[in-house]
Amino acid sequence: MTLPPHSRLHSREKERLIALIITAVVLFSPPLLLVVDRMPSATGVWLVVYLFSAWASVIGLAAWLMETRETPHKAGR
Amino acid sequence: MHSDVVILAAAFGYLALLFVVAAWGDRRAEAGRSVIGSPTVYALSIAVYCTAWTFYGSVGRASTQGPHFLLIYLGPTLAMLTAPFVIRKMVRIAARQRITSIADFISARYGKSAGLGAMVAFMALISSTPYIALQLKAITVSHAVLVNYPQPADIALEEAHFWIDKSFWVALVLAVFIILFGTRHLDASERHEGMVAAIALESLVKLMAFLAVGVFVVFVMFNGPADLLGQVARTPELSHVLSLEQVPGGATGWVGMLVLAVLAFLTLPRQFQVLVVENVDENHINRASWLFPLYLLLINLFVIPIALAGLLLGGANADPDSFVLTLPLSAGAEALPLFVFIGGLSAATGMMIVETIALSTMVSNQLVMPLLLRLNLLHLSGKGELAAWLLGIRRVAIVLILLLGYGYHALIGDTYSLVTIGLVSFVGAAQFAPAMLIGLYWRGATRTGALLGLSAGFCIWAYTLLIPGFAQSGWLDAALIEQGPWGIGWLNPYALFGLVGWDIYTHSLLWSLLANIGLLVGVSLFTRPTALEQTQAALFTEALHPNLPSASLWHGKTTQGELDELVNRYLGAAATRRVFALSSEQFSKQSSKQSSEQASERQFAANQPASHQLITRAEQALAGSLGNASARVLINSVVRGEALDLESILSILDTTSQALEYNRRLEQKSAELERASEALRRANERLRELDRLKDEFVAMVSHELRTPLTSIRAFAEILHADDTLDADKRRHFLSVIVHESQRLSRLIEEILDLARLESGRLPLNPERLDLAVLARQSVDAVAQLQHDRGITLDVELTATPAMIVGDVDRLEQVIINLLDNAGKFADHAAPRVLLRLERHKDHFRLSVEDNGPGIGAAERERVFEKFHQLPQQESAKGRPQGSGLGLSISRGIIAHLGGRLWVDNAQRLSGACLTLELPEAAENEASRK
Repeated sequence: MTLPPHSRLHSREKERLIALIITAVVLFSPPLLLVVDRMPSATGVWLVVYLFSAWASVIGLAAWLMETRETPHKAGR
Repeated sequence: MHSDVVILAAAFGYLALLFVVAAWGDRRAEAGRSVIGSPTVYALSIAVYCTAWTFYGSVGRASTQGPHFLLIYLGPTLAMLTAPFVIRKMVRIAARQRITSIADFISARYGKSAGLGAMVAFMALISSTPYIALQLKAITVSHAVLVNYPQPADIALEEAHFWIDKSFWVALVLAVFIILFGTRHLDASERHEGMVAAIALESLVKLMAFLAVGVFVVFVMFNGPADLLGQVARTPELSHVLSLEQVPGGATGWVGMLVLAVLAFLTLPRQFQVLVVENVDENHINRASWLFPLYLLLINLFVIPIALAGLLLGGANADPDSFVLTLPLSAGAEALPLFVFIGGLSAATGMMIVETIALSTMVSNQLVMPLLLRLNLLHLSGKGELAAWLLGIRRVAIVLILLLGYGYHALIGDTYSLVTIGLVSFVGAAQFAPAMLIGLYWRGATRTGALLGLSAGFCIWAYTLLIPGFAQSGWLDAALIEQGPWGIGWLNPYALFGLVGWDIYTHSLLWSLLANIGLLVGVSLFTRPTALEQTQAALFTEALHPNLPSASLWHGKTTQGELDELVNRYLGAAATRRVFALSSEQFSKQSSKQSSEQASERQFAANQPASHQLITRAEQALAGSLGNASARVLINSVVRGEALDLESILSILDTTSQALEYNRRLEQKSAELERASEALRRANERLRELDRLKDEFVAMVSHELRTPLTSIRAFAEILHADDTLDADKRRHFLSVIVHESQRLSRLIEEILDLARLESGRLPLNPERLDLAVLARQSVDAVAQLQHDRGITLDVELTATPAMIVGDVDRLEQVIINLLDNAGKFADHAAPRVLLRLERHKDHFRLSVEDNGPGIGAAERERVFEKFHQLPQQESAKGRPQGSGLGLSISRGIIAHLGGRLWVDNAQRLSGACLTLELPEAAENEASRK
């Protein structure tokens, strides 16, 4: 089965995507959340602001990664 | 207050619209112009994940448990990020093997096991029931809120008999709708394009509705987010609503829920349906992997503002699950609550449609059909009766599934909030994850392992979440959850083995997955898979392998006639034609021929043996309708001596992967070689260059040595041969010999200096000295000589003292060399040389200028090369006076002393200017002296 070339991720893009997944897991995990949660505020709104902005950044990076396809490196070979 | 008529008209109008969209989508699909061939539609259809639970329940949960509700959406965000790896693989497999559901997928992975498929179907049915109940509850409650406002809505749920209970009728109406909607087709294939189109529309509607109510609450009821937050800040009891303290189970609960959401997103039957089965193009996955998380972000954007607003505006006596409706109602809005109700209806019906279709497919393909086939109860005469059977079974299944959901709702619905019910289902669905995901990557997972792992996980789920739910609703003795069964504390379903302090979902997830994964891996390591299992395992785990054969190869034998009859009996004539049309050109050509001819040729072909490809295609066609396990049973009934050739597939895979590996290594090696040879080539070039330089140097040196040597020898020979020379001549010749020998030894001295400089072994005695004093000494040393040549030598020492660190003798050698050179190149008519010493920042610059022709830009660096001679002026008696090493040595010495020497433009005189620069000596050295 042959696929159009753009459907496959190149190895560098795969590595970037894996890095992004790991970043997202870290961003949404307790150690960072506990730090944000302890920031003083009258409404306790920091945690939510943090979660939404981290979430939006992850989506933005994923979109950038998926929509800008690098042309395969041929010069290196 | 809305009248029932308006609400019902809106609801039915909306359902009719969905129906029209679905019919339109199906018609377009039949015409080959798919409406769902876009990644955006794919992403929207995945948003069936957001059910009434999201629509009403998120606000409810945000108001009691803070940011906890977000986990249900952060999990799928993480899961979708991995979609280009995991879901792509699942989609590839599903397309190749014509997978119809998650039960079919797991059954196909473990050797097309009918037992495993039936078990997964059964588990999916049980674990989805609470979820369907949740949707019914949401529709009923939201309707009641809309009708009864401002009275509380709860009264509507406390009817004594089911026939006056509105949810019962909602379930029935939906059952009819879904039957019309999902099983209209006589072609019972695994894909439902019309349904996907309608679901995508529903996803848009629910998003719009939720955003509308969010904007209304934040910008109409309050003056923007700042106003809302300001009011929250003035209400101390709300200050901790959004903090992590509100999350049940704390950090552990947070992580547990995140893991649960990731797994459930991949394994919920409806998610598998839209993500994998209904995917029309693998390339859609990449865009959906960020577009779907974006959808989740948008639909959650206003959850917290709405929850805060609800709590602010006297939410104590209202159900937080209904804030989305009660807030616009309390503000007196007319149309918005109706729109919100439609949005909620969208969310609920979307989920119920996909879920019941997925479940009914599982029930018909994995539970009922295998049974009918095994018991030989299916009497088919051909003419596509199977499709009718399948649709009949599925329709009955749809009604039963919805009634099951209603039953759960009627029994338990009131004791749990929306989110709680949903999470019970999530943990149940997560039990499929080990068998599915581990099976996707580990070839060694076996059917027995999967079977035992799934059963154990399911039992623990039922014991720790499902049954306690019955106890909470009063159906079972509440002592079960308080003291454990028969008073045995460590069997307490909410604190198994004494594990207390965890929230019930993380607790259940931990124990069930521990048993599930443990048994799957442990048992797999000690059981031997059958040949078919091994083949399927290879086909699943290597699905993304570029050389994978598209399906398992049959080595059994049968005739085309028998196969034709089988496919015709189960799938009808049209499907049979499709299977056979692709088989051979012989057949495709036939279609244009006369029917009698066709019949005779067909008769002829019927006795021919069927090719392996044809058998495989027939099996795939059957699998698309019946599921893999049943298709296999059917094919087995006509193919003799079957046995799939595992060895050949594995060997194809192994040889290709080995070849690829060798290829990769070879490439690596050749790249390395190329790099090495490039380095060698460069080193060789450098060596050659050095060799050339050395040769040149030797030639130069020999030349330089030969010239004085020749004259010494010539004069010595004259003296030796001729005794008659007078004393004057003799003295003159001897003086020439002395002069030339001096020249020779000077040259050798210089060459030795150069060699020492280049090897870094030139002895230098750095000491603190005044460059001005040194310059004056050097000038004095050459003054007489210069004067003799008629050179005017001017000295300008503007910086005194100029303390530097250097070797006195060597520096003097350099300065004299510069002065000497300048004198040689100065204008011969009126030669002038100027020595200047000045400070430049923390350096001292000593420059020697002459009024000669100067040095061209191209020559400026070359004068420092060894033996480089500038064309001398005529005055200089033919051959050059110097060896051509002076400047080379001077630059080496200055560089060793940490300074620079270069050719500059003359500032005062017209000719060349050689400038040397040395750093000023540090002060502390001065104090030391």
